[in-house]
Amino acid sequence: MEYTPETRQQLILCCECGTAIPPNPANMCVNCVRSIVDITEGIPKQATVHWCKNCERYLQPPATWLVCELESRELLALCLKKLRGLVKVRLIDAGFIWTEPHSRRIKVKLTIQKEVFTATILQQSFEVEYVVSSMMCPDCTKVMAQNTWKAMVQVRQKVDHQRTFFYLEQLILKHNAHLETINIKEVKGGLDFHFAQRAHAIKMVEFLGNMVPTRSKSSEQLISSDIHNGTSNYKFTYSVEIIPICKDDLVVMPKKMANALGQIAPLALCTRVGNSVHLIDPKTLQTAEVTGFTYWRQEDINSISGRRDLKQFYVVDVDLLGPRAGRFALADVTIQRMADVGKNDNVVIVRSHLGNMLNFGDMVLGYDLLTANINDEYYEKLNPDDIPSVVLVKKTYPERRRKRKPRNWKLKSLNKDEGELVPKKQEQEKLEVDFETFLRDLEEDPELRQSINLYKDNSAATNTAGAMESDMDDDDDEGELPEVPLEELLDDLKIADDSEAEDDIQMDMA
Amino acid sequence: MAVRAQFENSNEIGVFSKLTNSYCLVSLGGSENFYSVFESELGDVIPVVHASIAGTRVIGRLTAGNRRGLLVPNTTTDQELQHLRNSLPDSVAIQRVEERLSALGNVIACNDYVALVHPDLDRETEEIIADVLGVEVFRQTIADNVLVGSYCAISNQGGLVHPRTSLQDQDELSSLLQVPLVAGTVNRGSDVIGGGLVVNDWTAFAGLDTTSTELSVIESIFKLQDSQPSAIVNDMRDSLIDNYS
Repeated sequence: MEYTPETRQQLILCCECGTAIPPNPANMCVNCVRSIVDITEGIPKQATVHWCKNCERYLQPPATWLVCELESRELLALCLKKLRGLVKVRLIDAGFIWTEPHSRRIKVKLTIQKEVFTATILQQSFEVEYVVSSMMCPDCTKVMAQNTWKAMVQVRQKVDHQRTFFYLEQLILKHNAHLETINIKEVKGGLDFHFAQRAHAIKMVEFLGNMVPTRSKSSEQLISSDIHNGTSNYKFTYSVEIIPICKDDLVVMPKKMANALGQIAPLALCTRVGNSVHLIDPKTLQTAEVTGFTYWRQEDINSISGRRDLKQFYVVDVDLLGPRAGRFALADVTIQRMADVGKNDNVVIVRSHLGNMLNFGDMVLGYDLLTANINDEYYEKLNPDDIPSVVLVKKTYPERRRKRKPRNWKLKSLNKDEGELVPKKQEQEKLEVDFETFLRDLEEDPELRQSINLYKDNSAATNTAGAMESDMDDDDDEGELPEVPLEELLDDLKIADDSEAEDDIQMDMA
Repeated sequence: MAVRAQFENSNEIGVFSKLTNSYCLVSLGGSENFYSVFESELGDVIPVVHASIAGTRVIGRLTAGNRRGLLVPNTTTDQELQHLRNSLPDSVAIQRVEERLSALGNVIACNDYVALVHPDLDRETEEIIADVLGVEVFRQTIADNVLVGSYCAISNQGGLVHPRTSLQDQDELSSLLQVPLVAGTVNRGSDVIGGGLVVNDWTAFAGLDTTSTELSVIESIFKLQDSQPSAIVNDMRDSLIDNYS
C-alpha cells in the first residue's frame, strides 16, 4: 500500500467575523477586508467628458479634440485619462458597458488591484459613469460665431422671381466657387455669401461678374484698430447687383439707347442672359448685346413684361419670309388666343422670329400687348404703330403631356442657411413654380444646359418604365417634347451618406 | 480573563512584558498605565515588577522564564540582575545565559513543563534551560519559523501558534507540549503571537487591536473563561479527590 499524506487545509478564524478561513496575509476573510478598506477610494466614480456636437469629437484635455467611435480603444484611453486616482493602483482590466447612445452616458467597468496591508493585494471591480456633456470645440465655434466672417458678398436682383438665383446656384456648383464660403444665407431678394478672407470675396465678385452682368459696390466697416502698431480689423461687404433683365423679358428703351445699340427697335425681346444680355427685335431679327457697363451707364433699359405675363396662343398658320439668323427665322404667324379657339375666328397675324420652330397646331407663348396694361415712360413715348399687338416668345407644350413623364435628371443644390427667412406657404409655392420654370428652361434650351452640370436620377429611371407604356396608348400628338439627352447627364458621385442611403431605400419600398 | 492593553501606543505588549505563573515583568514606560493594567489584574496574586534588560525596554523579547526560573541575556547589567533578584520570589531562579542568540524571548517558548527552542541554540544553553526552568527542551520550528518564541504563546492549559502552522505540525507540537494547540492571530490579524500576547494559567493580556473573535479564541484555548487563581486550586482539589477516592 502506498502512503498518501493527509493534506487537510488548516483553518483559522477570521479575526473580524470569526468565520473559518484558510490563513492569508491579512488573516481576514475577503469580505471583512473589503468592508475595512475600499481600494477604489480616491478614484472618482463619475466624470465628465466633453464632446463637440458639431464635429462629434471628444476633448482630450488640455486642448486636443479627438474623433472616437463609441466603445473604441481611443475613447477608453480618453476615459481612463480622466480618472486621477488610477495612478495609485494597478489597472487589471477596463471595458465598456453598453449604454444607449442617446443617454449621453458612457459606463466603463474597471478592475484594479492594490496592496492593502503588507503583502495583501486586493482586487476589485467597479463601474465609472461618464457624462458626455456637449461643448463646442473652438473650430466649430469659429464657424458658428457671427464675427468670424471677414467679408460678405451680397448678391441681389431686383426682380420678382428666383430663376436667376437657381441658375447662379448651378453655375457656382459647376465651378466650385462656393468652396471657400463659410456660410451661404438666403435673404429677401438674393443670397449672402460669407467668407473668412477678403480675397475670397473678391474672387466671388469677379466670378459673378464673369457669369452675369453685374455691378458691385464695396464698403468696409472698422471693427477694431490698434493705434500702437497701426493695424486695424475691417469687415468688407460687397454688394453685387445683377442686371434686372431676364431671359424672355420684353424690354423697352429710349430712342437714344436703341440707336447706340446699333439702331435696334426700342421694343426688343431678351433671348439670353450670359455675361451680357442678348436682345432681338422679333420683327427684323436684328440682335444687340447689352453689357453690364452699357446698362448701368444710363440704366434706361426697362423690362416691361416678364414670364408672368405670358399668354398662350394657338398657331393657325406659319408663313416663312426667308431671312434667318442663327436658330431664328422670320415668319408671319397667324395665331389665335387660346380663349378664342373653337368659339370665333378672331385671329392675329404677327411677325415673329420663331418661324422655324412653329408649325400649324402648335402652342406658343407670347405677350399680348393689345390687352396688356403697361406703365413705362419709354413705352408711352413709342409710336403706337410700332407696337405689335402680340410678341411671340417661345413654343410651349400642353400641360398634360408634361406631367406624364418624370424627369430622368436632377440638379445638385448648395447648402443654404435659410436664416430667419422661413418662407411662407405662398412664397414656397411661388418658389416651386419658379424652380419648375427653371427646369423647363433647361430642358428646352441646350445652350443654357452647356454651362451647368446635370446628373442622372436613378430613382426616376425605374419609374419611367411604367410611364412609357401608358405613353404608347394615347400618343396622338406629333410634337416631340424637349428632353435632356442621356449623354449630357453626369453620373452622380455618391459618397456613402447613411441618411441619404436610407431615404433611397424607403423610396424604393414605396 | 483576557485583557487588552497597549504600551505607549504599541500593541506589541509581549515585547514589553513577561508573564509567568509566579511573577510578571513590566518594562518602564512613560506612564504607569501599562503597569497598572497588569497590577490591577495580578497585583494581589503575584509580584508585578518594573524591569529593564541591558538598559532597554524590550524585556519580553530578551528574557525567557516560567514559574521556576528566569533566563536573562548576558547583556543584562549587574544592577538590573540585582534588582530582579530582590524583586522576584526566592523560589524563582535567575540565570544569566551566555548565548549568541541573545533575544531569549524570541528563541525560547516555554510553559512550566516543556520548552520549544530555536534549532540553532547552544547545547550549553539548552542544558541551562532544562536545569533552571525545569523543563524538557525540544528544538522545533513553528510554521517554518525558527523564532519559536515570537510565533507562539503557550501556557500549561493550551497554546496559540502561528496561523500558517499546518495541522500536522500542530499535532506534533501538541503531542510534545501535552496541551491543546490552535492556530490563530492577535492584534487584528497579526501572526506575531508572542509579540501581541502574554499568557499564564489564569490570565492573558493581548494588544489593544485584538478583536473579540481573537480574544474568544485565546480565552477558549487557554481556558480562561472563569479561571481565577482559586479556580485552579478547586480544579486540582477535584482531581485529587478523584484520584484518591
